Amino acid sequence: MGQYLIRRSLFMILVLFLVSVLTFLIFMKLPSGDPARMMGGQRTNAEDLQEIRENLGLDQPFWVQYGRFAKGMIPWPGLWLDEQIYYSYSNNVAIKEEIYPRLPYTFALAMGAAVIWLAIGIPVGIISAIKRRSFADRTSMIFALIGVSAPVFWLAYLFLYLFWFKLGIAPPSGIPSDEGVVQAMVTGRFVMPWIVLSLAFAAFYSRMTRGNLIETMGEDYIRTARAKGLSERKVIFKHGLRSALTPVVTMFGMDLGILFGGVFITETVFNIPGLGQYAVRAIGNNDIPAVMTVVTLAAAFIVVLNLIVDVMYAVLDPRVRYR
Amino acid sequence: MADPLLEVRDLKVHFPTEDGVVKAVDGVSFRLEPGETLGVVGESGSGKSVAFLTVMGLIHRKSARVEGEVIFDGRNLLALPEDEMRHVRGNKIGMVFQDPMTSLHPYYRVGSQIAEAIRTHRDVNKDDARKQVIEMLRRVGMPRPEDRAKAYPHEFSGGMRQRAMIAMGLALNPALLIADEPTTALDVTVQAQILELIGRLQQEFNVGVVLITHDLGVVADVSKKVMVMYGGKAVEMGTRDEIFRQPLHPYTWGLLDSIPTVDKRVERLVPIKGAPPSLINRPTGCSFHPRCPHRFEPCDKDIPELKDRGGGHPDACHLSIEDKRRLWSEREQQRARAAS
Repeated sequence: MGQYLIRRSLFMILVLFLVSVLTFLIFMKLPSGDPARMMGGQRTNAEDLQEIRENLGLDQPFWVQYGRFAKGMIPWPGLWLDEQIYYSYSNNVAIKEEIYPRLPYTFALAMGAAVIWLAIGIPVGIISAIKRRSFADRTSMIFALIGVSAPVFWLAYLFLYLFWFKLGIAPPSGIPSDEGVVQAMVTGRFVMPWIVLSLAFAAFYSRMTRGNLIETMGEDYIRTARAKGLSERKVIFKHGLRSALTPVVTMFGMDLGILFGGVFITETVFNIPGLGQYAVRAIGNNDIPAVMTVVTLAAAFIVVLNLIVDVMYAVLDPRVRYR
Repeated sequence: MADPLLEVRDLKVHFPTEDGVVKAVDGVSFRLEPGETLGVVGESGSGKSVAFLTVMGLIHRKSARVEGEVIFDGRNLLALPEDEMRHVRGNKIGMVFQDPMTSLHPYYRVGSQIAEAIRTHRDVNKDDARKQVIEMLRRVGMPRPEDRAKAYPHEFSGGMRQRAMIAMGLALNPALLIADEPTTALDVTVQAQILELIGRLQQEFNVGVVLITHDLGVVADVSKKVMVMYGGKAVEMGTRDEIFRQPLHPYTWGLLDSIPTVDKRVERLVPIKGAPPSLINRPTGCSFHPRCPHRFEPCDKDIPELKDRGGGHPDACHLSIEDKRRLWSEREQQRARAAS
């Protein structure tokens, strides 16, 4: 198991390295034109451009430039997202200062939705699998199809219209600047965003759980469990679910990792000051350093969560530990 | 005579499907005495596995139409409600399946899977269960059982896994053990070991054994009684010696003829011509008649009943007893000639 962990960790570092090289090339080297001008955004006077050139090290060799870029990805105080590269010249502020206060909102949105989609999706999937072709199964799969197909932005506006505008039972979109994350959760500003975000995932997870459980229940070891005289409940939950949920756990880690990088649509529609909203604005404003930072951050989240998922898989499936 | 351990009366298991009713088991009856071994021989589709899965109550009650009686321990198992049947499964009747790799849960240690069987039926704490598991593993010939109990199924070889499954089947000292093709997935040398193990354990535990197989060689070793199944019915039933020395059904002859021998030189293998019958559209009369080289007038009209026709043990063939004896000795002579 230890060997497995070391191997996966090394692999993670390799992937991060590749991601950093790719990001560096895409943002700093591939576009035609002056990188300094591109990073500078709205500041175009000669002095500023010169300052930018020095910061980026454009007169220095290639690996120096890459080095400055890459060291911002090392999660160490002083190195992490350092201002030499990761600086928004448009807004005249270090990007990490813009991002840090936004992270809790994105995390709160992602985690809250995750709790809901697991709490709905998995039980619905289990019931559908156990009572296959029953009325409950067919209706929940229809809802699942709707949930997966309905676009988030459409659902979001629909919810806002119905529950805030027409019925007045939900708060409007946006979070007033005097409310912190926790307060916002208490006043219910996250409720609709959570529901809207979780619906598609809940639908997907219920279908996946159902499919996995149906397949698992056809395995030989389920027949053995019944032949031992176990109660049907034990057969389903201890033997069947244990196998069926392992892929769901790994999928969950990946989904969380992706969401941590920014819940773009939901944050934008509901006007939540998270990482996703920041990214959408930065892209719209052509704020290259900001976009670059968000990309790097999102990649880092995914890679780290991927490692956690790998470890979880080894914990759950003993066959994996010895590869 | 003492009560039989297991008595099956006219068991029928029919599966209604879109294409028609699949008559997997179509009227099988037999008795098994305590401590006896019954070998059930047949090809795939003969109904041998379905019959005994039905005995265990492992056939989904909603998808099958089951008729007949299965008398065990004074009760008809087919009429038992599910929660009472659960007391029987694993506890009074143990079962061993064909492929031990897929029959054991890959995520749980082998020891804990066996302990689970024990603790389901007995009020035993974890430590005592663990001791019983180790003892059981020792009895099935597992080296270093304390270490093996903590291992996962994928860390075992095929033969070891099957030993573990047998340990699980016998852990609660059942009166009956059903082994469904226990050696089919194993190498030949390991097969011999497992069969020898089953034979030894049968004596030690004084347990009745049903050994289901398609391989007559397996049956010859361990069984006292043999039942030959074809097309969902039993076509011949007798002691091992009777079946091997004086078989009375053309299908049994075909099976015996098709066994390859190592100690004599044989030019060609002798298969049974034709293919197993469809269980939906069964041939009229005797199910074997399309493939039978000795069929005659009544064979496609009257279904031959399984009964003693003067041969000493029951068979289901219309041929007269004199014809049967003659045809069999002809075949034996032919085999002797071909091998010299």
